[in-house]
Amino acid sequence: MDISRRGFLKLSAGSLGAGLVGGLGFDLTQAHARVRELKIAKAKVTKSICPYCSVSCGILAYSLSDGAMNVKDRIIHIEGNPDDPINRGTLCPKGATLRDFVNAPDRLTKPLYRPAGSSEWKEISWDEAIEKFARWVKDTRDRTFVHKDRAGRIVNRCDSIIWAVGSPLGNEEGWLMVKIGIALGLSARETQATI
Amino acid sequence: MTNNWVDISNSDLVFVMGGNPAENHPCGFKWAIKAREKRGAKIICIDPRFNRTAAVADIFAQIRPGSDIALLGGLINYVLQNEKYQKEYVKIHTTAPFIVREDFGFKDGLFTGYDPKTKSYDKTTWDYEFDPATGYPKMDPTLKHPRCVLNILKKHYSRYTPEVVSKITGIPKEKFLQIAEGVAKCGAPNKNMTILYALGWTHHSYGTQLIRTACILQLLLGNIGVAGGGINALRGHSNVQGMTDLAGQNKNLPTYIKPPKPEEQTLQQHLKNRTPRKLHPTSMNYWANYPKFFISFLKCMWGEHARPENDFAYDYLYKPEGGYNSWDKFIDDMYKGKIEGMVTVALNFVNNTPNAKKTVRALKNLKWMVVMDPFMIETAQFWKAEGVNPSDIKTEVLVLPTATFLEKEGSMTNSARWIKWKYKAIDPPGEAKDEFWIFGRFFMKLKELYEKEGGAFPEPILHLTWPYQNPYYPTAEEILTEINGYYTRDVDGHKKGERVKLFTALRDDGSTACGGWLYSGVYPPEGNLAKRTDLHDPLGLGTYPNYAWNWPANRRVLYNRASADAKGRPWDPERPLLRWDPEKGRWVGDTPDTAATAPPEKEIGAFIMLPEGRGRLFAAKSYATFKDGPLPEHYEPYESPVENVLHPKVPHNPVAKVYKSDIDLLGTPDKFPYVATTYRLTEHYHFWTKHIYGTSHLAPVMFIEIPEELAKEKGIQNGDMVRVSTARASIKAIALVTKRIKPLQVAGKTVYTVGIPIHWGFEGLVKGAIANFITPNVWDPNSRTPEFKGFLANIEKVRA
Repeated sequence: MDISRRGFLKLSAGSLGAGLVGGLGFDLTQAHARVRELKIAKAKVTKSICPYCSVSCGILAYSLSDGAMNVKDRIIHIEGNPDDPINRGTLCPKGATLRDFVNAPDRLTKPLYRPAGSSEWKEISWDEAIEKFARWVKDTRDRTFVHKDRAGRIVNRCDSIIWAVGSPLGNEEGWLMVKIGIALGLSARETQATI
Repeated sequence: MTNNWVDISNSDLVFVMGGNPAENHPCGFKWAIKAREKRGAKIICIDPRFNRTAAVADIFAQIRPGSDIALLGGLINYVLQNEKYQKEYVKIHTTAPFIVREDFGFKDGLFTGYDPKTKSYDKTTWDYEFDPATGYPKMDPTLKHPRCVLNILKKHYSRYTPEVVSKITGIPKEKFLQIAEGVAKCGAPNKNMTILYALGWTHHSYGTQLIRTACILQLLLGNIGVAGGGINALRGHSNVQGMTDLAGQNKNLPTYIKPPKPEEQTLQQHLKNRTPRKLHPTSMNYWANYPKFFISFLKCMWGEHARPENDFAYDYLYKPEGGYNSWDKFIDDMYKGKIEGMVTVALNFVNNTPNAKKTVRALKNLKWMVVMDPFMIETAQFWKAEGVNPSDIKTEVLVLPTATFLEKEGSMTNSARWIKWKYKAIDPPGEAKDEFWIFGRFFMKLKELYEKEGGAFPEPILHLTWPYQNPYYPTAEEILTEINGYYTRDVDGHKKGERVKLFTALRDDGSTACGGWLYSGVYPPEGNLAKRTDLHDPLGLGTYPNYAWNWPANRRVLYNRASADAKGRPWDPERPLLRWDPEKGRWVGDTPDTAATAPPEKEIGAFIMLPEGRGRLFAAKSYATFKDGPLPEHYEPYESPVENVLHPKVPHNPVAKVYKSDIDLLGTPDKFPYVATTYRLTEHYHFWTKHIYGTSHLAPVMFIEIPEELAKEKGIQNGDMVRVSTARASIKAIALVTKRIKPLQVAGKTVYTVGIPIHWGFEGLVKGAIANFITPNVWDPNSRTPEFKGFLANIEKVRA
């Protein structure tokens, strides 16, 4: 704690008067009562929405790092956003434990591949994973594409790839997936909403 | 939701049925409590269990799972017989005066036109009687004609007497009358009831009709379009509304335009079939704009390759065979070995689907599977499921680690159609990636392969518009631009590439592109309105017009024109959602759900999307009807402990989708005497939260809720291990002996119900049985939603 010049003079004068204080041998300034600074005071606040039910509670996510490029931000706290007109700062038991969702120790961190008949996963690179994904989709689509149906009508579709879009996806990445599915001519596109 | 979360606080009566918002939508349900504080509103809760919504309700009635249409039909009957409907509203805002064809009828559980061989209806008779002079349906404004829709309704529901309702539902007659009285009061112009429902209504082989029953009741009471009213689906997942709107389901293209049928070989044929004709001279018939939305979508997909000369690349679109290729159909196809691959993102296929044993066996037939999720889920490890030998499974599986909501930015659409923006806080852990990155890379790789190797009909892929600055990593706002729509060339003072202001700017000449017309307006030239945070509430009704953005056109309450009378005056002046201002010459209040400057004398129908311009009480074929009838009727679940009191010879929905392979078994009450129903807990979200420390601690153990009377009969103590078996399979879990479910007297028989929460599986911090191994493979013919609520089970104590 800083001592202002004025305070220092007062302290010095007092010391002189009492004759003892200045000779205690330690710095009194450390003994001042001090409110510990909240951890979230230094955190970055991000506005988001709870990913669970569709009430869409506004949340504030607090993340911390020193900003250096080799230090990853980490979520240290999540609370309801009082300025969201729907939840007005409240959260349910699921929303209140959202920090554990993001920081869950069993989050997947690497692409995994299970070959036919195997009982083990094997870690693979993203390049290999994307290559396989594209290869599988292309080969199946090319093999099974129906240009015309039995009646000779143009139908341009592929019935043999299921394309299932989950409902925690945001509109944009979900739409991107739908857009690609439609371009591929996939008829078996579905989403959580139905079930 | 027709209305919105905060609007529930404007209600006089909160009618909760087929949902349990106190537990499953807790932060939204606070607005029901607020309605009580603010307006002295009452809360009615009808559920198979005395849940936490029931605990705060003024009236609770325990209902037998699957008997909901009987109760709602009984309420319709009560309202009609006692003339409690809002007469003026019904006359001007509904199809009550329309006259139905003379040959339409209903007898012994079947509407006219049923063919038992094909198990389907010829719907010709389900229609209006047309006036040959005008070409419009005949009407009787006096509502006296015996075949006007109102009188058809009266006749149809006259069978649903309080005695019959009680016999079917198990709710005592006195309790039913108490509910009916409360509900009927909301037929007064200044009394509004809101209906809140969720999967308890959709999970039936007649779920669509169940919701229609509620819509009919609300239309009769004049509660649609008004503040504190409406029919409000409390949707389960954060963006289930968005993914429905944006066509996660193949039966739609984004925002409810349709994929063409094989018989629609040209664009003109498709547009002709899909653009409805007016059924009333003053209806706005907004779907008349279908060609603008459809062609703008084709432009959005294929840009300069979609030209008038090639029907805007119409042939690039898939034409599905036999209608809707939904879960039930492709799981059956997969089971029969007709499907090679599957891509599934943020969704647990195995745990989600009914008769999951069939799903697991079906997955074995895949050549390959790609699963994207933040966690290792059961679906990805189906080859490790109980009773499966991994070496027998030839399916190659890829698991791609994905980002959670905080690790990517973008918008989500809530239950009330609000599109809200969320920002990115952190990067995903390790090598996990968001779906923008994954699908950007995937598509670029796929395109490269098609460019190099050629392949089956590569044009729709090679010509797909991919307008992203970094084609390997599209951004959320770049995609929102496509969804919102933009000009494809300089036109009328607008520059090529400029975002359109609203869907009213869309055209059918190829000068606009739009990836989802209902979302058009979320990202106009002035900026991304999903990001708005203004808390201004000018009507004092919680509409918050400048907070986020509400589809369509930032309209906070759908059908709000119906909140005012023929002269444009609000039915309830204290809740003036919308009114005609003669001085300004326009409608003021919420974004008007009518032509903004058309005076009420023009009598533009309040239901602008419908060709009748009015709320439909009868689903006439001339526009659109349902597979199972123009009016809702009570049918028993496919597995029921009792006969159908109304028509024993046609007990079930005669056109429901029922599968009959060797593994799709149905049980009978002699072997499986108890009714079972699945539900969700407040502490859990589907199958994700069992991976999460906090929620797993709050609700760690899979259990079965058993009425104490049944437990006593079976010698089951609280905490015993029990086995629940159905014709499909059996699961084991801990018994929770409860007072919350009482035995019911149904048609002279004692019926027990057991409750099964669904949140467990063989992955995660806490493990338990997958409930869907025992649920039946029976589906609603319209929505193709499975019958999870109300099936037959047996229960026994497992000896250690």
